[in-house]
Amino acid sequence: MADLDPNRPDRSPAADADRPSPPNAPTSRHLNPPPPAPLAPSITARALNLWYAGFQALHDVTVDIQHGLITSLIGPSGCGKTTLLRCLNRVNERYGYVTTRGEIRILGKNIYDPDVSLIELRKSVGMVFQRPNPLPISVYENVVFGLRIHKERAELTRANLDEAVEKALTEVGLWNDLKDRLGQKATGLQLEQQQKLCIARLLPLKPQVILMDEPCSALDVEGTRAIEELMFALKGHYTILIVTHNMAQARRVSDECIFMLMGKIIEHRRTEELFLNPRHPKTAEYIEGRYG
Amino acid sequence: MSVPPASPARQTRSALALWGERAVELLIRLSGVSAVLFVFGIFLFVFIEGAPLITDLDWSKAIFSPDWYPTSRENVRYGVGAMIIGTLSVTGLAMVIAVPFGLGAAFFVSEFCSGTLRETLKVVIELLAAIPSIVWGFIGLSVVNHLIQRFLPAPVGLNLLNAALLLALMSVPIIVSIGEDALKAVPDSYREAALALGATRWQIAWRVLLPAARNGLLAAVLLGVGRAIGETMAVLMATGHAVNIPTSLFDPIRTLTATIAAELGETAVGSPHYRMLFLIGLMLFTITFAVNLLADLAVRGVRRQ
Repeated sequence: MADLDPNRPDRSPAADADRPSPPNAPTSRHLNPPPPAPLAPSITARALNLWYAGFQALHDVTVDIQHGLITSLIGPSGCGKTTLLRCLNRVNERYGYVTTRGEIRILGKNIYDPDVSLIELRKSVGMVFQRPNPLPISVYENVVFGLRIHKERAELTRANLDEAVEKALTEVGLWNDLKDRLGQKATGLQLEQQQKLCIARLLPLKPQVILMDEPCSALDVEGTRAIEELMFALKGHYTILIVTHNMAQARRVSDECIFMLMGKIIEHRRTEELFLNPRHPKTAEYIEGRYG
Repeated sequence: MSVPPASPARQTRSALALWGERAVELLIRLSGVSAVLFVFGIFLFVFIEGAPLITDLDWSKAIFSPDWYPTSRENVRYGVGAMIIGTLSVTGLAMVIAVPFGLGAAFFVSEFCSGTLRETLKVVIELLAAIPSIVWGFIGLSVVNHLIQRFLPAPVGLNLLNAALLLALMSVPIIVSIGEDALKAVPDSYREAALALGATRWQIAWRVLLPAARNGLLAAVLLGVGRAIGETMAVLMATGHAVNIPTSLFDPIRTLTATIAAELGETAVGSPHYRMLFLIGLMLFTITFAVNLLADLAVRGVRRQ
């Protein structure tokens, strides 16, 4: 590929080696100890360009997403943050008119290589959507859906499935509420529970990356808090990427923050630095709320 | 209600426009209500024509006996048992053929193809629905008839199988178009959820769309059944029209609808035979009403979700 140049000079501020923590940084990461210094980025995009038919939605995106951290993607509507997110498990491609050029490596493997299995990719890169979208089947079947479609029938013993359901629901904090209602239809749950269930159903597949596309935008304050706390609890085990319109949320939950504008990455730094001390004037204006 | 005086500058609508609107509204209201009136009127007509016989008839014999001798001189018998079985067997067999085909086609059109192919298929399938049933009758009489005689061990080609094939072909378009609507009504977020979990298109179809669209697909099948039960001309031409309880696929049969079509013109108005045919019509009415009601309930079930 001609336009693939990993050493592009511009816009690769991803891994700032020095990270002085500002004294008044938000102290939201109280649930987990600060993550150890990452060994390697979990996701690297190089010269990623994407077109929806004739419209170019991503321009030369080059970025490294650190392993085990929560990275937030912010920017005004239409800036390409959701598009970037949806490139990472290639669900963008379900629309026939999408063209993608460039490279995305997830755990060392370029997911745009021809030999990549989309099924395996999506198994290790889970996704949570804007509107909670549990499937119209029981809570239990929602959680084991991934196992049912990926595992051999012989492995799907009742005991294995029960264990997976209990483990996943415990991990997202739903087990106590739902353990007696596993047969209930998942679409009848409260929205917050639905969204937690949508996270829970990713876990039995042991994903490495969890993509979240505005996971709290349909939830109220309590629901948002619950999902954010869940994200802290999951951090470290999973690399989490969250698209959000809510700058306060980006500031609360994320370790690193990426600011995008017009399909380009403008700035990518530690969250507190980006918010306290933005380098790019566009970033500064956006976080001040001058536009967007 | 006190209305503030209109300012002189404001344009008021002319009397013509006002009355015109009322007239149009009335017209629309009438056409809406007329559907109910017609259904009711037809039911009433059929009922009144058949009613005098209701009390005179030995109903258990009429429904279960296969003896249909409406014009016998000594011993008139109005047993429609064989025709009921004929109607049910030909409809059942047609559905055995049409449901897998129809639902398969609905899934294919809705989920597995796109662009020109999908549009072409939809147009062609709708064309299939537009073929008049008498033309299907021709095909049954002249094509399927010979095919069955040549390739299958059947003494006659006009039989249960022949009519069931035709009915299947006639019901498939209905099942496809209603089934496709049901699949299209499944929120895309379900597909996306399953896709993001790594499901293949087959797995999405089987594990997500089938349960999600279950009621709509059921309604599609039931409307197909309704079509098959009510069909007259094609089955009259293709079944062989023999009062006979079928024991194999190759037995000729007779249906309720075809009996009415074939005999009503030959009866004296007001005669018991005439009234019996209307009672058969009433039975058909009841069956199709029940089927349509079920379909409607199934669709409502979809909406409630």
